[in-house]
Amino acid sequence: MYKILEKRVLSSDIKWFNIYAPQVAKKAKAGQFVVLRIHEKGERIPLTIADYDREKGTILIVFQEIGKTTKLLGTLEEGDEILDFVGPLGIPFKLEENVENVVLIGGGVGIPAIYPKAKELYKEGKKRIISIVGARNKDLLIMREEMETSSHELLIATDDGSEGTKGFVTTVLQNLIDEGRDLDVVIAVGPTIMMKMVAKTTRPYNIPTLVSLNPIMVDGTGMCGSCRVTVGGQVKFACVDGPIFDGHEVDFDELMRRNKMYVDKERVSLELWEKEVQR
Amino acid sequence: MKKIPRQHMPEQDPKERIHNFEEVALGFTAELAQLEAERCLNCPRPFCVEGCPVNIKIPNFIQLIKAGKFKEAVMKIKEDNFLPAICGRVCPQESQCEAKCVVGIKGEPVAIGRLERFVADWEYEHGVEVPELPPPNGHRVAIVGSGPAGISCSVDLAKMGYEVTIFEALHEPGGVLTYGIPPFRLPRKVLKNELEFVQKLGVKIVTDAVVGYLYTIDDLFKEGYEAVFIAVGAGTPRFMGIEGENLIGVYSASEFLTRINLMHAHEFPEYDTPIQLGKRVIVVGGGNVAMDAARTALRIGAGEVVVVYRRSRKEMPARLEEIGHAEEEGVKFEFLVNPVRFIGDENGWLRGVELIKMELGEPDESGRRRPVPIEGSNFIMDIDNAIIAIGQASQPIVAQTTPGLELNKRGYVIADEETGQTTREGVFAGGDIVTGAATVISAMGAGRKAAKAIHEYITKKN
Ligand SMILES: Cc1cc2nc3c(=O)[nH]c(=O)nc-3n(C[C@H](O)[C@H](O)[C@H](O)COP(=O)(O)OP(=O)(O)OC[C@H]3O[C@@H](n4cnc5c(N)ncnc54)[C@H](O)[C@@H]3O)c2cc1C
Ligand SMILES: Cc1cc2nc3c(=O)[nH]c(=O)nc-3n(C[C@H](O)[C@H](O)[C@H](O)COP(=O)(O)OP(=O)(O)OC[C@H]3O[C@@H](n4cnc5c(N)ncnc54)[C@H](O)[C@@H]3O)c2cc1C
Ligand code: SF4
Ligand code: SF4
Ligand code: FES
Repeated sequence: MYKILEKRVLSSDIKWFNIYAPQVAKKAKAGQFVVLRIHEKGERIPLTIADYDREKGTILIVFQEIGKTTKLLGTLEEGDEILDFVGPLGIPFKLEENVENVVLIGGGVGIPAIYPKAKELYKEGKKRIISIVGARNKDLLIMREEMETSSHELLIATDDGSEGTKGFVTTVLQNLIDEGRDLDVVIAVGPTIMMKMVAKTTRPYNIPTLVSLNPIMVDGTGMCGSCRVTVGGQVKFACVDGPIFDGHEVDFDELMRRNKMYVDKERVSLELWEKEVQR
Repeated sequence: MKKIPRQHMPEQDPKERIHNFEEVALGFTAELAQLEAERCLNCPRPFCVEGCPVNIKIPNFIQLIKAGKFKEAVMKIKEDNFLPAICGRVCPQESQCEAKCVVGIKGEPVAIGRLERFVADWEYEHGVEVPELPPPNGHRVAIVGSGPAGISCSVDLAKMGYEVTIFEALHEPGGVLTYGIPPFRLPRKVLKNELEFVQKLGVKIVTDAVVGYLYTIDDLFKEGYEAVFIAVGAGTPRFMGIEGENLIGVYSASEFLTRINLMHAHEFPEYDTPIQLGKRVIVVGGGNVAMDAARTALRIGAGEVVVVYRRSRKEMPARLEEIGHAEEEGVKFEFLVNPVRFIGDENGWLRGVELIKMELGEPDESGRRRPVPIEGSNFIMDIDNAIIAIGQASQPIVAQTTPGLELNKRGYVIADEETGQTTREGVFAGGDIVTGAATVISAMGAGRKAAKAIHEYITKKN
């Protein structure tokens, strides 16, 4: 069992948990994820390792409540325990040595996913870390302070213009490109559609672009093939071959279609749970 | 003497059983078992023993059954096989022990597997004795993977006084026995009994532990384990590499069976994990895995299940009993056909499959005749799901994170057949990760050989 040591509510539907998992914390690296299961009848769901503290033995997860499992997870409180917490999984994030000017793009719960990468790169002393974070509005911007202290520049995009540039993260990215800024690599994590648009933006300029994919997973250890994605025309298992891939090679449309596979069932599951909670 | 026919084991009616996950074969009664035991000739040179990968003393245990000494019979089996309740159910007996039985030359062989299962079940009903353990010898061994190879290795080592820890990646132990083989062939109760027995011997099972990521093999040595046994199986599913394989509705057999057996997707929404199943399902392949997937699909409500296999019935690698059971339950078979592409709709859902007819040509390396496509024979079938059961590949995580551990060309760990010794000192390996997908009993045999070798290694070193 894995205890929730700290809980924060970042916005109405985004929660922040620090979980005691000392062995996972010892090994975790930026770019990796965990698979958790809340209770005996629960589903196994993957969540990105948003931060780790080797001394305290904790792993940070930040998640958006979208369906039954994440909503149920959101009801847990400090002191509660999670039944299974498997990780760290996936290949850690790694950049070429000579890369100095890095753009990190996070949308929604992609922000906590880029945070450990920003932190690591900042510590390594990269020349310039530019972070672009996006959200629908000001209130949904999360982990702003953390991002600020681990980037040289933090740029914000909101759909309604309530903070930073009005528009999408790609609007901000395009501005940087147009300004002729040095951009060695772009790393984008967020909704699939956002990653697709980022890859589309950088492609004409040949700026290397890394994305972290979020297909439906079961085991997370390469055993089932549920997480298969097409990258460069080849089938890859995101849990063991990824989750980070070359954004210019990914078939995003296929991923978006596959992620809708269980929508009907997910709705049933959620409605049933909501009824139960109301009772 | 009147000739006794091979005793039939009572089974659940096919019409009933396709609506449940209860065990199909119900087992012998004591009377049936003793009657069957009479058929054994107690051969002075028992060929059956040669057919068993772990050389169980078959005539000896059968004579004990004949004499009604069931307890002694099961102890005799357990000298060589710890998991008789499992092997008696899932061993491909017709190509192993029973294939060599002399009674089988003229008639039907002695039902060795059923007898083995009978005494094993009898023992559980009457209470399994936990053997007295020697005092701890102060040495620790780590085992990676809790399938039959890992379990059997742990039992032997525990009995020698070792402190043994099994690390398992999933949330439940058992390997393929848990997530692959369905409960209607191997009831979960049987598995639970065996796993409880293992823990009673003092073996520690740590679940949620993916070795390679959470601990590397080198970490395990640093933590004080003196030897490591790698038994991670061959769990990676293979796909065909044809068009449309990523359409919604195409499953690997591993995913399909894992969603059901491990995650209980058939009990959705009580359990949270869903499965997406339509009316017409094809299963591609001809082995045990294909039979399990097909029979499972029927049980969870597929209207029609068709197994498509690229060779003919004769070449099917599945156990005869499983093929028979599948047919009785209404699984259909299409032989000598192979999918060439899957067809989807605009939203990416599987709608059909294009197949090509095959004919058998010259024998290949395996001795089976090679299937060759017949040009122009393509045809289309409307389907809602396809389950791909064409085999598994090696599990790569441990090898990728263990320097010095060498693999063969096919990606399996190179290990000595007799000892399981790998190219790394103190590291042993066995089961499917060495041989490629094989059988429960061969994995178990490999685990036992490795236990012996690990004991010799640690004794010599100290
Ligand atoms: C490597 C990886 C890292 C992720 N990191 C984060 C993160 O840090 N924060 C976060 O909020 N979300 C993250 N996700 C997405 C998260 O796993 C899903 O939101 C979650 O599984 C939804 O479960 P649910 O029961 O609440 O919703 P459901 O109602 O079951 O599903 C809603 C949608 O989530 C997706 N989904 C459903 N089941 C799974 C599953 N087993 N695995 C993956 N996706 C699924 C599907 O697209 C589905 O339509 C990550 C996904 C992956 C693959
Ligand atoms: C559907 C199906 C039906 C079958 N039917 C039969 C049958 O009827 N008769 C028969 O004899 N054989 C059958 N087999 C084959 C048989 O089950 C296998 O040969 C046998 O289980 C192999 O045992 P193993 O111990 O080598 O590996 P497995 O049983 O595969 O166990 C390996 C274990 O290691 C774990 N693991 C993997 N990687 C790691 C890691 N990095 N860290 C920690 N743990 C890890 C896995 O999660 C798994 O639990 C069947 C196989 C399948 C898939
Ligand atoms: S273990 Fe398998 S092969 Fe050996 S005797 Fe028993 S059923 Fe036959
Ligand atoms: S070969 Fe057949 S008859 Fe002979 S000992 Fe073995 S089981 Fe009995
Ligand atoms: S989640 Fe099962 S193979 Fe990736």
